[in-house]
Amino acid sequence: MRSMVYRGPYKVRVEEKDMPVIEHPNDAIVRVTAAAICGSDLHLYHGMMPDTRVGTTFGHEFVGVVHEMGPSVENLKAGDRVMVPFNIYCGSCYFCSRGLYSNCHNVNPNATAVGGIYGYSHTCGGYDGGQAEFVRVPFADVGPSLIPDWMDEEDAVLLTDALATGYFGAQLGDIREGDTVIVFGAGPVGLFAARSSWLMGAGRVIVVDHLDYRLAKARTFAHAETYNFAEYEDIVVEMKKTTDYLGADVVIDAAGAEAGGSFLQNVTASQLKLQGGSPVALNWAIDSVRKAGTVSVVGAYGPIFSAVKFGDALNKGLTLRMNQCPAKRQWPRLFEHIRNGYLKPSDVITHRIPLEHIAEGYHMFSAKLDDCIKPLIIPNAS
Amino acid sequence: MSSTASAASPNTPYVAGVPRRIPAGELRARIPGWGADLDPADRPSVPRERTDLSTGAHWVFPEQQPEHQPRERSVEHAFLTPVFGSSVPLKGISGAMRRYAYRYSEARAAHWLILMAADRVDAGGSHLRSLLTPHPDNPVTETGVLSEFSRHGLSSRLGRNRADVKEQAVVPFVAAGPWVMAGVGGYAVFRAVRRAVGR
Repeated sequence: MRSMVYRGPYKVRVEEKDMPVIEHPNDAIVRVTAAAICGSDLHLYHGMMPDTRVGTTFGHEFVGVVHEMGPSVENLKAGDRVMVPFNIYCGSCYFCSRGLYSNCHNVNPNATAVGGIYGYSHTCGGYDGGQAEFVRVPFADVGPSLIPDWMDEEDAVLLTDALATGYFGAQLGDIREGDTVIVFGAGPVGLFAARSSWLMGAGRVIVVDHLDYRLAKARTFAHAETYNFAEYEDIVVEMKKTTDYLGADVVIDAAGAEAGGSFLQNVTASQLKLQGGSPVALNWAIDSVRKAGTVSVVGAYGPIFSAVKFGDALNKGLTLRMNQCPAKRQWPRLFEHIRNGYLKPSDVITHRIPLEHIAEGYHMFSAKLDDCIKPLIIPNAS
Repeated sequence: MSSTASAASPNTPYVAGVPRRIPAGELRARIPGWGADLDPADRPSVPRERTDLSTGAHWVFPEQQPEHQPRERSVEHAFLTPVFGSSVPLKGISGAMRRYAYRYSEARAAHWLILMAADRVDAGGSHLRSLLTPHPDNPVTETGVLSEFSRHGLSSRLGRNRADVKEQAVVPFVAAGPWVMAGVGGYAVFRAVRRAVGR
């Protein structure tokens, strides 16, 4: 089968790879019909995630058709159109039984601090991902769901991570009616977090980024006020001014490990890999939120230490909330919101790229060319 | 109004007022779905831990996936997890480094730093090995750099007031690093072979 393959930092190509096989009785093999490149894939692409091996196939946002099943699979049959959450989880461990699917303890031998994620390094379990024609899907009775007949496949792809994570980020903020919410990062997750903040009753939603085309999208798609931090000497001061010097009630870090805004932080993290991530957005979040406010973190960071301003968080009495999103737990409500017309996730898709051109897709997305917000990958076999 | 009076207006944190609020009716009219999840207790991830959710699992503990070759695992795990990824098993020098890294817990910097070093060795070695195959690494096609021309590389950056342009200038050095390593390694091998033949 044709498959995206990592060749080292900033290098990927498409190769012929062996077809995935059933390795566990509850596995399924899914023929991928659409996948996405996630902003967090760029952390792998840039070589920031420890134990990212040459030869790995990325891709944790994908949908497809069930091709083959293991003998214990009860809930799916060949030919079913399925959406697969980015979390791999067993459904029965201490954490899964409490709804914490992203923290499953039975799927990742390489680390206890993170669950299993498709195509996201051996630190996340060593599974190949969905930027390929076929993919192995463990615990097929637990993770995948049938795509409802009324749902567009491109909306379904975005439910597998980006939309679910943005919506989850707004929930972590514990938003109350009338709250002022700042979202750092106007990528897909940030756009969805901003849009979701209104669903939870926010009174003001402000999105901060440095890419004007993404901020324009934040105004139209997420109805947000926007600030380009590159236009201000100190964005934290601007956030204080616009909130009458109080600070926001809730701040969401949807930028994560490669936030811009500090040359030193970015180079030490993204380029030299001396930090688990550049915590610029997280530090801005800590400083922009009001005392006793809540900071929600859904931007991804690596496991290595990062230079976070923890003292400010302590002294301000902040609540810091974070996790990888248990995606499937969000789906029933998000299905309702899409059906009611409150959300149209595929509106953030800007590019559709054949699998064979994936190297150009990664470079374009990484370098933010061509006003790229969200690229989809279309495998040949689809 | 004096500046002191302004600071003491009810919208600032210097007095016990309440911040300005836009009326809910106005927001509901302007934003589709505003307030659909208004009740904090009625949100999918609230409360964080719930034991009443059906997951589809029909086992108490999953059956064990066969381990066809020794699988590295965190020392913080009691045993190999019942299911695991089998992509790209450990091999070569980078594999030995990674196996060594897994002797340390996730709490130790050594664990992560050795893994990061192994990643660099893996990349350099893979480039070198690829030169001996019919499909050597191609820095042009694999970096996707040609999209600079097809996807408006210049106009996407110039005059856009982007904060990351300086940082992107460092990228070519990072991307070229493994090729430089492979070149140095290849030259060292060549010299060693030449010396051996010359003896």
